[in-house]
Amino acid sequence: MDHLELIKLANAAAQGKRPYFFSQPDVDRLLSILLAVTQELAVTRERLDTVERVLERRELFERQEIDSFRPDADAARERGQWHIEYLARVLRVLQQEVETMQRSAGDVSSEDVARELAAG
Amino acid sequence: MQTDTPKVDCAPAWTEAGTHAMSPLATHDEIARFNFLANLNKYMANVVVGGNKVAYDSRAKQAFRNTHGHEPQGRREIRAAMSVDPYYQMWSALRRNAMEMRQQAGRSMVLRQAEPLRDRARSLNAGAKNLQLHPNTPVPRYQSAIDNHCMPGSYYAEYLADDVSAAANYDAGMFATTTGLFGRYLDGAGRGIVEWLARRRPGWQPARILDLGCGVGHNTVPIAKAFPQSRVVAVDLAAPMLRYGHARARGMDIENIEFRQANVESLADADSAYDLIVSTMFFHETSSRALRNVLQEAARLLAPGGLHLHLEQTPYHAMEPFEQFLRDWDCYYNNEPFWTTVHDTQMLDVMRQCGFAADALFEDEIHAVVDLQMPKVGAEVEDFGRGGMWYAFGAERAA
Repeated sequence: MDHLELIKLANAAAQGKRPYFFSQPDVDRLLSILLAVTQELAVTRERLDTVERVLERRELFERQEIDSFRPDADAARERGQWHIEYLARVLRVLQQEVETMQRSAGDVSSEDVARELAAG
Repeated sequence: MQTDTPKVDCAPAWTEAGTHAMSPLATHDEIARFNFLANLNKYMANVVVGGNKVAYDSRAKQAFRNTHGHEPQGRREIRAAMSVDPYYQMWSALRRNAMEMRQQAGRSMVLRQAEPLRDRARSLNAGAKNLQLHPNTPVPRYQSAIDNHCMPGSYYAEYLADDVSAAANYDAGMFATTTGLFGRYLDGAGRGIVEWLARRRPGWQPARILDLGCGVGHNTVPIAKAFPQSRVVAVDLAAPMLRYGHARARGMDIENIEFRQANVESLADADSAYDLIVSTMFFHETSSRALRNVLQEAARLLAPGGLHLHLEQTPYHAMEPFEQFLRDWDCYYNNEPFWTTVHDTQMLDVMRQCGFAADALFEDEIHAVVDLQMPKVGAEVEDFGRGGMWYAFGAERAA
């Protein structure tokens, strides 16, 4: 059994109709995904905490250094740029919606183009 | 961060759970997933659940009255009123997801090592007379229709020969689900029974003990330990639970438990075969018919002078309708379909109907006896059906 098959088996649905609580089941689905991402963020946070504590135990640094760390100007600018790039990735859908609204002719649908191309 | 910030009440780390011969290996991130889930459960129980009553009092009750012309009467109408409330919907969806994620976290940890776990169980169980498996035991409808508490494959699915993964998953995740309230070895109910028996019958040594629906023997083990001279028979339907339970007990050097695969509605033992018959959180996973069959069978099996003691969830008859409604959640949304009926049942009436008329019937309350020191910051909070406190009922047969 490969890793993907294993994780799919771990993910298996229990027998019995699954309840959906919100008036739109899409909200239930999104919440499930969001909660799984929340869990993985907590896992990453705990892993980072472990790294800090291991490094401190080996006397490679003191955890206090992290809270008192102040980046110099270059480092601060690099971080700022990373934040902006990160937000642009996360909020891509908003940018695309604006681009579409701004196209004067508007976009055609694939269905319409498919019919058009099939006809000739 | 200020150093004088008050600490918050959090769940014990998963690494606080007791380990034994069958404990699965856990990676850093697998442990962290359980830690997240335990604290999610804790936060839900301490903070989020309370908002349901606020939503009910401040808007859901009124909205129901606007539509129906009267306030909700009883838990079913409260459920109707709340099922359209956005706060209850969010709480429910979070709680359902927490359970599904707990299953996922346990299964993803256990299934990757299903073979080594199986091999460990095989070696601990080799040649054991105390493991009696009967693979042709039929799975009754009350176990096969729906997978209990969203556990894919329930207690009995087997993915390989002599599989124990269902049991390893059940055992590993329960500490996170119960946030430590059942103790490090999840044996708080069994320890509670031992303590209760010492008060009820000081010095009593029941020679033959029967545990109905034992699972992996979480609560059988402390009873067997308390009565080392006794012969304990622990019965369950599911072979993975029994293989794992036997190996787990053996790893603890406990040799006086026979783990037997059977349906406890009908057992092969002779009349009066046992002096003490117990069950812990078992009946809510059966059916009305099975409940009566099991109690009739238990009445037949108890020796004169013997004692029945069964732990279940708090019955509804002395409870406010809103709390009944909250506790009912598990019936509909956590795959516990007999939960609501068993809470509604007057157990002592059923016992009388099942042949206990001449016996001294009793009801009591038993609290988990827990070997885990947990710093308590706030007041003790009961998570409506998941806490360490149970309704006890039973009977004493005249000598």
